[in-house]
Amino acid sequence: MYKILKKQVFSPVTYLWELEAPDLARACRPGHFVIVRHKEGGERIPLTIADFDRERGTVTLVIQAVGASTQEMMAFEEGDHLLNLVGPLGIESHIQNYGAVVMVGGGLGVAPVFPQLRALKEAGNRTISIIGFRSKDLIFWEEKFRKYSDELIITTDDGTFGEKGLVIVPLKRLLEERPGGIQMVTAIGPGIMMKACCETTRPFGVKTLVSLNTIMVDGTGMCGSCRVSLGKEVKFVCVDGPDFDGHLVNWDELMRRQNRFRREEAHSIEQCKLNPKGGGA
Amino acid sequence: MSEPKKPRNITTITPDRTKMPEQPPEERRKNFKEVALGFTEEQAAREADRCIQCKKPLCVPGCPVGIDIPGFIKAIAEKDYPRAYEILLASDLLPAVTGRVCPQEDQCEATCIVGKKLEPVAIGRLERFAADYALAHGLARVPEIRKRPEKVAVIGSGPGGLTCAADCARAGLQVTVFEALHVAGGVLKYGIPEFRLPNAIVDQEIANLLKMGVEIKVDHIVGKIFTIPQLMGEMGFQAVFIATGAGFPKFMGINGEGLNGVMSANEFLTRVNLMTGFEFPRTGTPVGMGKRVATIGAGNTAMDSSRTALRLGAEKSYIVYRRTEKESPARREELHHAIEEGVEFLWLNNPVEILGVEGWVKGMRCIKMDLGEPDESGRRSPVPVPGSEFELEVDTVIYALGTKANPIIASTTPGLKTNRWGYLEVDPETQETSIPGVFAGGDIVTGSATVILAMGAGRKAAKGILKRLGIDG
Ligand SMILES: Cc1cc2nc3c(=O)[nH]c(=O)nc-3n(C[C@H](O)[C@H](O)[C@H](O)COP(=O)(O)OP(=O)(O)OC[C@H]3O[C@@H](n4cnc5c(N)ncnc54)[C@H](O)[C@@H]3O)c2cc1C
Ligand code: SF4
Ligand code: FES
Repeated sequence: MYKILKKQVFSPVTYLWELEAPDLARACRPGHFVIVRHKEGGERIPLTIADFDRERGTVTLVIQAVGASTQEMMAFEEGDHLLNLVGPLGIESHIQNYGAVVMVGGGLGVAPVFPQLRALKEAGNRTISIIGFRSKDLIFWEEKFRKYSDELIITTDDGTFGEKGLVIVPLKRLLEERPGGIQMVTAIGPGIMMKACCETTRPFGVKTLVSLNTIMVDGTGMCGSCRVSLGKEVKFVCVDGPDFDGHLVNWDELMRRQNRFRREEAHSIEQCKLNPKGGGA
Repeated sequence: MSEPKKPRNITTITPDRTKMPEQPPEERRKNFKEVALGFTEEQAAREADRCIQCKKPLCVPGCPVGIDIPGFIKAIAEKDYPRAYEILLASDLLPAVTGRVCPQEDQCEATCIVGKKLEPVAIGRLERFAADYALAHGLARVPEIRKRPEKVAVIGSGPGGLTCAADCARAGLQVTVFEALHVAGGVLKYGIPEFRLPNAIVDQEIANLLKMGVEIKVDHIVGKIFTIPQLMGEMGFQAVFIATGAGFPKFMGINGEGLNGVMSANEFLTRVNLMTGFEFPRTGTPVGMGKRVATIGAGNTAMDSSRTALRLGAEKSYIVYRRTEKESPARREELHHAIEEGVEFLWLNNPVEILGVEGWVKGMRCIKMDLGEPDESGRRSPVPVPGSEFELEVDTVIYALGTKANPIIASTTPGLKTNRWGYLEVDPETQETSIPGVFAGGDIVTGSATVILAMGAGRKAAKGILKRLGIDG
């Protein structure tokens, strides 16, 4: 059981947990993820580690209430305990001094960008962050990003804060304005946004890393639920990733596979609403 | 027992083996309850009586762990069930499990002397009877243990890990089992379905282990949260046993494997068994199965998948296999049960492509196979029949083609030797790996094998560990 030391609600559907997990905090590196399960019979949900503090022995997760489980989890409060937490999973992000890097986070993807941003900054990179949200009231971690970014660009879809529009607009501008001046781009967020970032960087030939969030069960390579096609190759995100060269990813297949339980999920959320006390899904 | 026994020999015993009571096929294909119901005392007595108590029993060398088979059967015949159970336990930690899942027809029952003339003694069924009796009557006693200071880490809680843990604990060592998943039991829990091996049985065995003082840490992936060098260093374990199973499902690399509706048997079975997907949405994990299911492969995993599909309401459940029924590596009983339940077998057929519409599986193109000329080993390998391609209308394709080695431990343990397939190399006498004090056994050494072989390796490793630590076993 893992105690929730801190809970922060960013929006009606986004929240943060800081969990007491000293062994995990000691072992994890930027890019790692965990799998959680919130109750008996609950599903196993992969979540990228958004921050960790070795001294305090804590790990931070930022969660979006998209399915029945993550909605139920939103009811957990500080002092409550999480039933299962396993990790750190995946291969840690490759950190080196590239020169100048652009770190792009979209919506919830902003959170897992953070540990990589911090590590890349500490490794001596010039860091330019682009973080995008739908609207002003969904913005989180502006200060954290500002602290480790040499330049910070915030976008909102509706223009209520920062630049209006999608993250690829400033991304493209940077690539055009600074030919050869950007050595690496990292993009984390919804599949559609990562795909758009990769299409934006492709003509410029700038290496682009993405962190994939596929549907998982065990997270140890045993089931293949998380598999993804990279060109002709098939990789398991949980053991070979989650970071991959975004220019190789078969995005259409990836996004389709992410939706493969859509019908079941919709049914489950429906049941949850019809029978709120029944434990739903 | 009343009248004195007449001498038993092959001419005086009942020729046919005692039938196992079973749920009728049309009923059981709709539920997850156990198919084989187990012998009653009378049935066990009848079958035990068929054992002629050979002076030189051939069944014993047929058993990978050398159970004193005539001994336990005699005890059953004398209705001394506690003794029967003790005899089983002396060689086999989990007789209730092996009695159900061992491929007896290739092992003890294959070499049984009665089997030369008549049907062999139903050793597995008797083993299960004695073990179930013991579990039901609380005969499993926790042995007196003199605690010792040495600490042993066991990685993986499948049959291999559990056996090694039990033997080390009996010898007084302090044992911690690290398990990656949120429950202990390995394939016994996530792979083999409830209708073949009820979870309650595995749980009971694990509870006994806990009573012996073994600590099980679930949600701990060694190689991730701790490495083996850490376990052996700062964490103070004097020995480690690696029993992480085989892992990594294989795919074929044909077109269409990325379509929705294609999954590995491990994924399918894990969603159903471990995550109780059959109760979705009451529990949280969906299965994602359609109505017409093709399972590729014909081993135990394929039988389990195709039969699980029926129980989840599949209208069609096919097995597609490029060889014939004869080459199917499944336990005969499972194959037989699958046929009875209505799984349709497409022997001598090989998939060539999975077809899709809008990203979802809608069919599978197969080609008929023929057995070619025998090769040097005498095995006739299947060859495609030109022009025989056809389309099978399915919406779900399950791969049950076996597994490859999981690299997590090997890649995080410097100096740990693997063979060219990634399985761990061990000294066959002691199960010790290339690193002194680090032992390994089960599927991660042999590749996908059997429960009893993993248990045998666990036992051997425990002996090896005691020897390495200078303790008399
Ligand atoms: C569907 C199916 C049906 C089968 N049917 C039969 C049958 O009828 N009869 C038979 O004899 N055999 C059968 N087998 C084979 C048999 O189950 C295996 O040979 C046996 O379970 C191997 O035991 P093991 O202890 O080596 O590993 P496993 O049972 O595979 O257990 C390994 C455990 O280690 C854990 N683990 C892995 N990596 C780590 C890590 N890094 N850190 C911590 N824990 C880790 C895993 O989560 C797992 O729980 C079947 C297999 C399957 C998949
Ligand atoms: S453990 Fe397996 S091989 Fe040994 S006696 Fe029992 S059923 Fe036969
Ligand atoms: S989640 Fe099962 S193999 Fe990756």
